[in-house]
Amino acid sequence: MQTKKIINDGNRAVDEMLEGILAAHPRHLKSVDGSSRSIIARDGPRQGKVGLVIGGGSGHEPSFLGFVGKGLADAAAIGNVFASPPPDPILECARAVSGGAGVLFMYGNYAGDVMNFDMAAEMADMDDIKVRTVLSTDDVASAPRDQRHKRRGVAGNFFIFKAAGAACDRMLSFDECERIAGKANDHTFTMGVALSPCSLPQTRRPNFEIGPDEMEIGMGIHGEPGIARGKLKTADEITDEMLDKILDEMAPARGDKVAVLVNSLGSTPLMELYIMNRRVKRRLDDIGVSIHATWVGNYCTSLEMAGASITLHRLDGELQAMLDHPCDCAMFRAG
Amino acid sequence: MTTIDTARLAGMFAAIADAMSADRDRLCALDGIIGDADHGIAMELGFSAARDAVAALDTGATDPTTLLNTAAKSFLNAVGASSGPLYATAFMRGAAAVKGKTSLDDADAVAMFQAMAKGIQDRGKAEPGEKTMMDAWGPAAQAAGEALASGKGLAGSLEAAAQAAKSGAEATKAMIAAKGRASRLGERSLGHMDPGAASAVSVIEAMRIALTG
Repeated sequence: MQTKKIINDGNRAVDEMLEGILAAHPRHLKSVDGSSRSIIARDGPRQGKVGLVIGGGSGHEPSFLGFVGKGLADAAAIGNVFASPPPDPILECARAVSGGAGVLFMYGNYAGDVMNFDMAAEMADMDDIKVRTVLSTDDVASAPRDQRHKRRGVAGNFFIFKAAGAACDRMLSFDECERIAGKANDHTFTMGVALSPCSLPQTRRPNFEIGPDEMEIGMGIHGEPGIARGKLKTADEITDEMLDKILDEMAPARGDKVAVLVNSLGSTPLMELYIMNRRVKRRLDDIGVSIHATWVGNYCTSLEMAGASITLHRLDGELQAMLDHPCDCAMFRAG
Repeated sequence: MTTIDTARLAGMFAAIADAMSADRDRLCALDGIIGDADHGIAMELGFSAARDAVAALDTGATDPTTLLNTAAKSFLNAVGASSGPLYATAFMRGAAAVKGKTSLDDADAVAMFQAMAKGIQDRGKAEPGEKTMMDAWGPAAQAAGEALASGKGLAGSLEAAAQAAKSGAEATKAMIAAKGRASRLGERSLGHMDPGAASAVSVIEAMRIALTG
């Protein structure tokens, strides 16, 4: 049986969504002439500033284009649902935001994205646009600790892009922007849990099977299988299981400061996210870790998947300043 | 001896596109088990775009290299994903391998086929046994070369390639993924055919029928 969706044509879903987004956010966003999958900030890109291009597949809204705006990313290249954009729209983004100081490519670590962004970087180089790449690898469930570079990038992108965007907006050097982006990634840890599948607009079939009383810990944001499947537990137990893994790796000391993101994978409501966040707060209080700021809601979704992720972003003075730096994006504002 | 002209190559893309449409849901289901369930969509989209782009060319005034490059670019821009760069590189390398020819003889066609496999390997950097489409393309390219060298002609060479691709894809069931999205699964990828290898079998079989049937 096909899943129910409010769409016109599965093959047109991404482009029709983009039309709707541009109609809703004309003050923040526009597309590059002749390249409708290259979305750039109306305010932000400027001469002498390192340009920040983010991107990835659709279906994760408000990622990625919701984080395009002054103080954060300058542009987002938009792919098909769950598929990397091809090199051309990425290249158009780089051209549109290049201010002569270099362009940073930032995106989640997936084989397809790496190939397409690398091809775009090679093409940009022929235009004398210097490109450097910082991959996000915040999903602790997706590879062992000693293979962090193999991990997926998931909801922690929010903090990683935020730090990089602030560094770029402060007109820091290419080296500094790249360093801060990499450091933000190293300081960011995410775990997810999925309760029910999503379905692609083109197939309208559930993209994985899961029992009515089951959950999958560590599932990726495209429905990639996680690390363990088990019976659905209580919010506190699920939160503990995810936090244990994150804290084990982050190894915070008493007095450390973090920022928290409790993110819905799509259909899990705010009520459940806040119940999880209650437990996050208690657990962090117990170990003497203070919370500088918390975001709860839809930041990196997986279409209509039910489930949530928890991200902790360990702050030092520098990363806190980047986090607090103002930004004004279509779907996110800070400062 | 077969002679393949540009129109025949255009027909090859139509045949592959048909095969991918027929296979779409099976490939998505395979991908759903160990990946993100969109492989069939990407392959259908990519080869439909390639078919349409080459159909718009005047085949009488187009050489095989231009046709293959057109297919590569349209595939890439329609898809992105992993299959976009991989198949686009395959067709660009195929194009380079037959540069200057107005039509392809048996050896040219096999050279094109082998260059495609080499392009996929270079772009994806996958080695044999890592549970990727290379596990079908690698053995297929080798089998085609060996068959041609033993005097089998294009039909026999592509038949050997199709057989080798099939066994190669079958063998991915016993492999643990080391590249691509499924590589994060570790042993949980065991027992399942790699969707990229599965689609490669269909692509190669469609090429065989279109070029020698």
